[in-house]
Amino acid sequence: MSAPFSWIRPDPHGIRILPANAWIDPARPVDRALVTHGHADHARGGHGETIATPATLAIMKLRYATSAGAIPVEYGETVALGGGVSATYIPAGHVLGSAQILLEHAGERVVITGDYKRRADPTCPPFEVTPCDVFITEATFGLPLFTHPPIEEEIAKLLARMGAEPDRCVLVGAYALGKAQRVIAELRQAGHHAPIYLHGAMEKMCHLYEDFGVGLGELRLVADTPKDEMRGAIVVCPPSALGDRWSRRLPDPVTAMASGWMRVRQRARQRGVELPLVISDHADWHELTRTVEEVNPAETWITHGREEALLRWHQLHQRRARALALVGYEDEDD
Amino acid sequence: MQHFAALLDALTYTTGRNAKLRLIADYLLATPDPDRGWAMAALTGGLDFPAVKSSTVRALMHERVDPVLWSLSRDFVGDTAETASLLWPAPATIDVTPPPSLDEVVGRLSAMTRQSVMRDLPLLLDRLDEPGRYALIKLATGALRAGVSARLARTAFALAFAVPIDEVEEYWHGQQPPYAPLFAWAADGAPPPRTDHLPLFRPFMLAHPLEETEVDLADYVAEWKWDGIRVQLVRVNGETRAYSRSGDDISASFPEMVAALPVDAVLDGELLVRGSHQGGESGGAASFNALQQRLGRKTVSKAMLANYPAFVRLYDVMVLDGEDLRPLPWTERRQRLESLMEHLPASHFDLSPLVEAPDFAALAAIREGARDEAIEGLMLKRRDSPYVSGRRVGLWYKWKRDPLLVDCVLMYAQRGSGKRSSFYSDYTFGCWDGDPDQGADLLPVGKAYSGFTDEELALLDKHVRQNTTQRFGPVRETTRSLVFEVAFDSVHTSKRHKSGLAMRFPRIRRIRWDKPAHEADRIDALRALIKD
Ligand SMILES: [Zn+2]
Ligand SMILES: [Zn+2]
Repeated sequence: MSAPFSWIRPDPHGIRILPANAWIDPARPVDRALVTHGHADHARGGHGETIATPATLAIMKLRYATSAGAIPVEYGETVALGGGVSATYIPAGHVLGSAQILLEHAGERVVITGDYKRRADPTCPPFEVTPCDVFITEATFGLPLFTHPPIEEEIAKLLARMGAEPDRCVLVGAYALGKAQRVIAELRQAGHHAPIYLHGAMEKMCHLYEDFGVGLGELRLVADTPKDEMRGAIVVCPPSALGDRWSRRLPDPVTAMASGWMRVRQRARQRGVELPLVISDHADWHELTRTVEEVNPAETWITHGREEALLRWHQLHQRRARALALVGYEDEDD
Repeated sequence: MQHFAALLDALTYTTGRNAKLRLIADYLLATPDPDRGWAMAALTGGLDFPAVKSSTVRALMHERVDPVLWSLSRDFVGDTAETASLLWPAPATIDVTPPPSLDEVVGRLSAMTRQSVMRDLPLLLDRLDEPGRYALIKLATGALRAGVSARLARTAFALAFAVPIDEVEEYWHGQQPPYAPLFAWAADGAPPPRTDHLPLFRPFMLAHPLEETEVDLADYVAEWKWDGIRVQLVRVNGETRAYSRSGDDISASFPEMVAALPVDAVLDGELLVRGSHQGGESGGAASFNALQQRLGRKTVSKAMLANYPAFVRLYDVMVLDGEDLRPLPWTERRQRLESLMEHLPASHFDLSPLVEAPDFAALAAIREGARDEAIEGLMLKRRDSPYVSGRRVGLWYKWKRDPLLVDCVLMYAQRGSGKRSSFYSDYTFGCWDGDPDQGADLLPVGKAYSGFTDEELALLDKHVRQNTTQRFGPVRETTRSLVFEVAFDSVHTSKRHKSGLAMRFPRIRRIRWDKPAHEADRIDALRALIKD
């Protein structure tokens, strides 16, 4: 009998499942990868086998133009990895296709969350609390100051600004996978049915979402649209295009940014944002701590983010926790 | 308070001057008295609550948040007020008291003492949401930093109520927050507040650049333009104040000038310090750098007074013995000023001399020949003109000396704001610290964001993007390939810059697309122009 959890090992480039010779979200090409979701820092290309949800595999195919070695797993489905390890994919509520992965081996249960949030999201099924012994969580917004407001409030702010500036457009910087589609879907739910204009880099991902049944309403490309048509409208682009030359084709844009970092004024000012929208696809501090309480693991491992504060919280609440110091994960997909 | 908090946040995220003016003006129109008056006081730095310190806020937070979580959060945010407003815990009982008005907040903050603040400040914080708490703490600790100058706030006031800014400036200085008489005058048409019995700032008369114009010296008088700071000395009922060009009270920095004025008067002149520049037209005025030693000080040491003694070179007299002379023509005011001189101590006052020339061409020759560093150029004043505030066409002209020129190499470019936010429009340039063909390096010597056309801006932007070597947020470093001919008024030693010097008013005069970078000037050439 080996020591508890010795079959799973955090290495700098990912979490390794030793008996199955597999990795979770590895930062470099491996023979066998279990991928939680399609963000680039979690889903790298070049693996021999990639085990992920169909949506995540479709996203990876869009990005890496190959689906060699793709092995689809539905939510709720359990696959045997060999070596006595099984993996079950469970919704994480982060973006389309995002999954937590439950690993079971010799009666021990380990959940790897990938990235997750607890709020309702019209583009993906909600996070499911899964009891386990070891809970491996992210901590992107792991500071008590991060409280994401209800998204309805932020969408209302966006629509109010759009209405107040009939001669300008509101340009929303949003991560091209997940955030952009969620903002668009939420705008539709709030009753905004006018065309929404897209930066070219977002077009394919939006179509992919629609192929998976997420309705986004009428989308038009900025490149195909005369400037005047976009007055009083909403335009969505990747954050990197804000303040880029590309934006000169827009009618006097109001710069907005949809990100959890917008909670901090100085962050918004650094980016020259006029309309900060606190919209995040990650758990905020309260969701992170509530989730640990609900899952109630024997031990928490923290993959990436602001782990010091979450470690401190565990200490204050007499819970066991450790930081894994993984490399290669970034906060880009905020 | 929520409206004020919303204004503060909107100002935080707005960079354009006109947009800021509009935000403040809209707030003033939509907000009742006395809240809008307190808001003006807050924006113009006119409120002080000594019982509340940044350390008070930290102490309150330490009672409520784990110290490790607090310091991790504080480090991330970088600002105590914002961190506290974000981390303030929701009150245990749901508070049914409505959020306080700005008036209530100001009243309660004023009433707080060192003893009561730890009990009373939380009661206010409990009634506010996050933006409200942020505004409250910023207001209470006196660190609003909304990127709004007092002048901008008063301009917004003038814009809101469609009243002349000069009148706003004149009446403002005698009023205390929340400025009820000012709002009654501007918003409701009441008579303006009386100002003639107080030592208040009167708006200056300003000059247009001469550009290509030629004037007839029969109509205009010429006078040197001195390189000090424009000052207004006001004495009413024996009480004296000194004001800078923007209307800031600088009396504390120049106590000897406040003490030296023996008559009730309002005088317009140039504040200078005595220095080693003997003889010449300057009559012993030191360079601007020497004057800078005296600026911005709340108290002045004896050594300062001895080493950098100030005096005022008088240009004009606006009020004398209670009589407003501003409606009189310049010739009559000048006579009154000349006869006033014998009543003023020569140790602290002299008269700005007139520059006599038979005609404009002769005057131009005199200007060319002026070598004194304390002279910025010439002023041309219409002989029959009254003293009117602001810049009026055709009354006063400034005719600056030709600028100094140096060829510099573009090093960094930063994105602008507002309409220029997608253009790299702010340029940092440098000079060689030796022979560039022998491996010399560039040292940054200045920054400019003006002096080029929109077409040139588009070309510069393209150049920056195509020649980027590194990016740091909104800043790009470029290859050392483009030469600017930079014009500037003067250059001085500076400890704050790596190159050891600082230019005054640098602007881009020409873009030398044709000139190879290694032919740009060396730092020694610039250093030779220092006249400190
Ligand atoms: Zn992600
Ligand atoms: Zn991530």
